[in-house]
Amino acid sequence: MNDPHSLLASPLLPGLDDPVHDSQQVFRTLLSALSSPARLHTLSDLPQSPPPLHAATGAALLALGDYETPVWLQTPSDAAAAWLRFHCGVPLVSEPKQAQFVLIDRPLTMPPLSAFAQGLAEYPDRSATLIMQVTGFVPDGPLFSGSGIASARRIGIDGLPHDFWRSWQDNRAIAPLGVDILFVSGCSVVGLPRSTDVQYNTASGGD
Amino acid sequence: MNGLPGYNFAYLDEQTKRMIRRALLKAVAIPGYQVPFGSREMPLPYGWGTGGIQVTASILGRKDVLKVIDQGSDDTTNAVNIRRFFNRTADVATTDRTEEATIIQTRHRIPEKPLNENQILVFQVPLPEPMTRLEPHEAVTRKLHALADYGLMHVKLYEDIARYGHIATTYDYPVLVNGRYLMAPSPIPKFDNPKLHMSPALQLFGAGREKRVYAIPPWTRVESLDFEDHPFSIQRWQQVCALCDADDSFLDEVVLDGGGRMFVCSDSDYCRTRQAAGHTGTENTPMEVSA
Repeated sequence: MNDPHSLLASPLLPGLDDPVHDSQQVFRTLLSALSSPARLHTLSDLPQSPPPLHAATGAALLALGDYETPVWLQTPSDAAAAWLRFHCGVPLVSEPKQAQFVLIDRPLTMPPLSAFAQGLAEYPDRSATLIMQVTGFVPDGPLFSGSGIASARRIGIDGLPHDFWRSWQDNRAIAPLGVDILFVSGCSVVGLPRSTDVQYNTASGGD
Repeated sequence: MNGLPGYNFAYLDEQTKRMIRRALLKAVAIPGYQVPFGSREMPLPYGWGTGGIQVTASILGRKDVLKVIDQGSDDTTNAVNIRRFFNRTADVATTDRTEEATIIQTRHRIPEKPLNENQILVFQVPLPEPMTRLEPHEAVTRKLHALADYGLMHVKLYEDIARYGHIATTYDYPVLVNGRYLMAPSPIPKFDNPKLHMSPALQLFGAGREKRVYAIPPWTRVESLDFEDHPFSIQRWQQVCALCDADDSFLDEVVLDGGGRMFVCSDSDYCRTRQAAGHTGTENTPMEVSA
């Protein structure tokens, strides 16, 4: 951002092609992801997002973000900041606790889940939604159960820190407070609301 | 094709939709918890489903098929008007067949036909706070929800039993969602309460005047409050539907011109489907089958 030529050198990428209908479709996929946790959802026809944003991350922020939703980026990026500011006018904050949406692009070095807004006992909705970019999804992994899941199912999420599921249990323990997570890889999304229980064994619990 | 010229798709502006969408995402993450939202003025008065309409407008897309029912019927004023509203402002397909719909907006009923995972049920809610008649201050009810202290409601149900010998609440019967939040299911008859439990469809609730949205995700535990010695039970009728002979649906009592009475299904689509399948009651002749 200090170099005035950097923006000229890389022109701003376009946002959603058809903002009204595209953001509706993105929202419905995210709604489905959070109401059917631990199930793989895929978005299609997404615009290119500036690094470090994956396509689904960019689409989710364009669909849900505006001047009311502070965003915290784990890795500050001029290109992403300029793109987000221009297309949806989100304020970018430097304090993780202030953010309504959090972008984690390097889960291995992420702050603890308790570093983000947890909500208040009387307003548990005032908590952060984390968008965590992971390397991919595989069929086998921890066992998920809870609201939105008919019978317990498995999905593996690659690229998480080894103690991630233990910290998720801490997040579960303070329910109905706590953060909600959207795992993203490319155009794929998996939802993990605070209501979901995870059973893991230490062998499959990590990376 | 974007519907009415001069208006955004589905009436609401995009910023409002985003705000409601964010509230809905938190609502599904905290089943049964009432999320505050900035309810907008709608082109119809409070009490006519402004909350449900704002939820529907925020989730509706071009490919959706919308069904609107009022007390189970597709043909009553509220249902006809809301269906026409979305037909004009969003140009979406509408239907009165439960199984064809992707979004069903409802006032005070849940359809008799089982719903599926691809459907969303949107409830119009007049009073989202189940304890509002027992404790009028929101600051207090919020604290009670935070502490999961629902003794007040149990005392109310107990007083019913002490006074009438049974729990006298027959509609808007309080439920506990996912074992945590006490929730008003909107004024559906308690007959419909079992359908809330482990429903394959996502259920969203919108209260326009009270500015709250809440949700029951699919496959979520929903228990109607009761006591071990006074278990929850639903309404039963001596009669069957006079038009389709159904003995498993919620019946409305209709006063006839001649002074008589008949009982008919409140769910008009269910009744029509059964009649088309050849079921007849005492008050009609078999449907003509067109050649």
